[in-house]
Amino acid sequence: MILANAIGPFRRATGLTPHRCALAASKALMTATLFLIQALNGLQFGLILFLIAAGLTLVFGVMDFINLAHGVQYMVGAYLVAAFSAWTGSFGWALLLALPTALAFGLLLEALIFRHLYDRDHLDQVLATFGVILFLNQGVKFVWGAAPLSVPVPEILSGSVQIADGLLYPVYRLAIIAAGLFVAGLLYVLVSHTRIGMLVRAGATNAEMVSALGVNIRRLFMIVFGFGAMLAGFAGAMVAPILSVQPGMGDNILILAFVVIVIGGIGSIRGAFLAALLIGLVDTVGRSFAPNLLRVFLDPSAASQTGRALAPMLIYIFMAAVLFFRPSGLFPVKR
Amino acid sequence: MTELAEKQSAPAALPFLRFELAPILIFAAFAAAPAFASASGAEGYVLSLLTRVMIFGLAAMSLDLILGYGALVSFGHAAFFGIGAYGVGILASHGIEDALIQVPVALAASALFALVTGAISLRTKGVYFIMITLAFGQMLFFLATSLAPYGGDDGMTLATRSLLGGSGILENDFAFYWATLICLLAAYALSRAIVASRFGRVLRGTRENATRMEAIGFQPFRYQLAAYVISGMMAGLAGCLLANQAEFISPAFMTWQRSGELIFMVVLGGLGSLHGAIIGAAAFLLLEEFLPEILHAGSFFLNDDIRWRLTENWQMVFGPLLILIVLFVRGGIMGLLRRGHHG
Repeated sequence: MILANAIGPFRRATGLTPHRCALAASKALMTATLFLIQALNGLQFGLILFLIAAGLTLVFGVMDFINLAHGVQYMVGAYLVAAFSAWTGSFGWALLLALPTALAFGLLLEALIFRHLYDRDHLDQVLATFGVILFLNQGVKFVWGAAPLSVPVPEILSGSVQIADGLLYPVYRLAIIAAGLFVAGLLYVLVSHTRIGMLVRAGATNAEMVSALGVNIRRLFMIVFGFGAMLAGFAGAMVAPILSVQPGMGDNILILAFVVIVIGGIGSIRGAFLAALLIGLVDTVGRSFAPNLLRVFLDPSAASQTGRALAPMLIYIFMAAVLFFRPSGLFPVKR
Repeated sequence: MTELAEKQSAPAALPFLRFELAPILIFAAFAAAPAFASASGAEGYVLSLLTRVMIFGLAAMSLDLILGYGALVSFGHAAFFGIGAYGVGILASHGIEDALIQVPVALAASALFALVTGAISLRTKGVYFIMITLAFGQMLFFLATSLAPYGGDDGMTLATRSLLGGSGILENDFAFYWATLICLLAAYALSRAIVASRFGRVLRGTRENATRMEAIGFQPFRYQLAAYVISGMMAGLAGCLLANQAEFISPAFMTWQRSGELIFMVVLGGLGSLHGAIIGAAAFLLLEEFLPEILHAGSFFLNDDIRWRLTENWQMVFGPLLILIVLFVRGGIMGLLRRGHHG
């Protein structure tokens, strides 16, 4: 066991008796297990964030368009899966139906509203898309009621697996991680190795120039937009079985997605990916370990109180720090 | 940008009198309102609604000072609301109930927060500024939700309104209404003076072109930061008033949606006119208050079930209304009025 090997040096370093060493070690093991679980949760959360942030950063980078309503696409994805899985009785079918519907919905919004906002300044965009949020948050209440819906975890992915000593982890969360990594890989290939991806990257750097070279930029915008909406919808669909599906569920995650793309550098998929994982880990691990870490400096009760206050603020502090040192994010797109 | 500039130069070209008519009418209406409130029979309701209008008007006006005159889109302005409200609430829960202590402390806290966050935020430009102010707002929101001794998530009910020099006069709704009106008027006068001063002109110059302002020897950063601090303090004052009006404090005062609503009020009223923001706040709150009833009355031809659902979900009408205003009404309500004048 690795642990036994670790106790020796630990004992020598601390000068504790073997018994107390074992106690400390078992505590350390528990902490390590907890840490692993939190790290996996963080990874899963980060990947979900990435799915949302990817569309947001492209729309933002390519069209210079602030879409506050992007979080709503995530909510719509979750609701669609809830509705379709109630209808078909199968999560798989629901997902298959929800994706094209989310895409169609995104394109509909683009054609009805967003298209008219591309030439406006950011303030108008913020306001109009804020209106879309109000409308759709209420709209889902109108259609499905205010009570949260729940989606059953698909049979095949229910249950847990043992991934280490005394560490059970739900299969479904692992499936989310796998799906997130798969989509991230797909997106990487799409953006860096296809013609359309090349155009998107070029658009993020200089949309006018791309347009001048004879590319139908409006159509490119539409593709990027629809694709982003579908990714957000996919994220919503994937988390529907583990979260409660309710009006306004997209609002807070939208803000986190903005934090992600601002830290990553607007328009940068790579930046969004790294920032999403960082934010996912910092948030999840911070919430469970901030009180413990603070115990090094403070007495336990003060530590737990400060820790609980500090944990949800961590990512925003992190963002402020990043922007302080690098005002255009970690991976600014060169213009 | 050029369009903004044109919009700005328009009122200056108008005769002085017409330019000043709107604010006089607004404040006259606020001053006359208590008399009507007594006559209406529902004076408690009318007074509290109008007090809220003035409080949000104050906050929106403070935002207009940096948004309309400095083009600084602060998406975390509700944080100052929170600082003001929690300043009152926290001090009150420790037995310090006098507004003469609470308000200066809350204002100092707002100024400090604005100074620190402003100094960091103003390093960034454009979208990054919007996002970093949002981040600071969220920071404070989460801090408030974790303040367990002061109610945490649920917020905290205040035992009484603040005392004023030891007397409980503000408990009277009329007295509180007048106190709010005086605060609003004083803040408006101060803002007007700021905007008209050399400081205000530098701020506007920075809005138009920061590089040129730098080239002729100004440091935009200092002016923007000073404006940000002043604006934050005014919003903090609005927060103090809001806590007293509601006799309740809650993290819900500083959600990012609230910041969005403040921006909307400013744009609805018309950017860069100060009193436009007050009109915007009034229009927003009155619409929010009466839209359900308007919908109910307007949908008489529908059957009861749909009618009830429509009234219940009035935000479904509110959202599109917002979008339409942004898309089609340039310059907000003040812009409409101005166009009306020109025929």
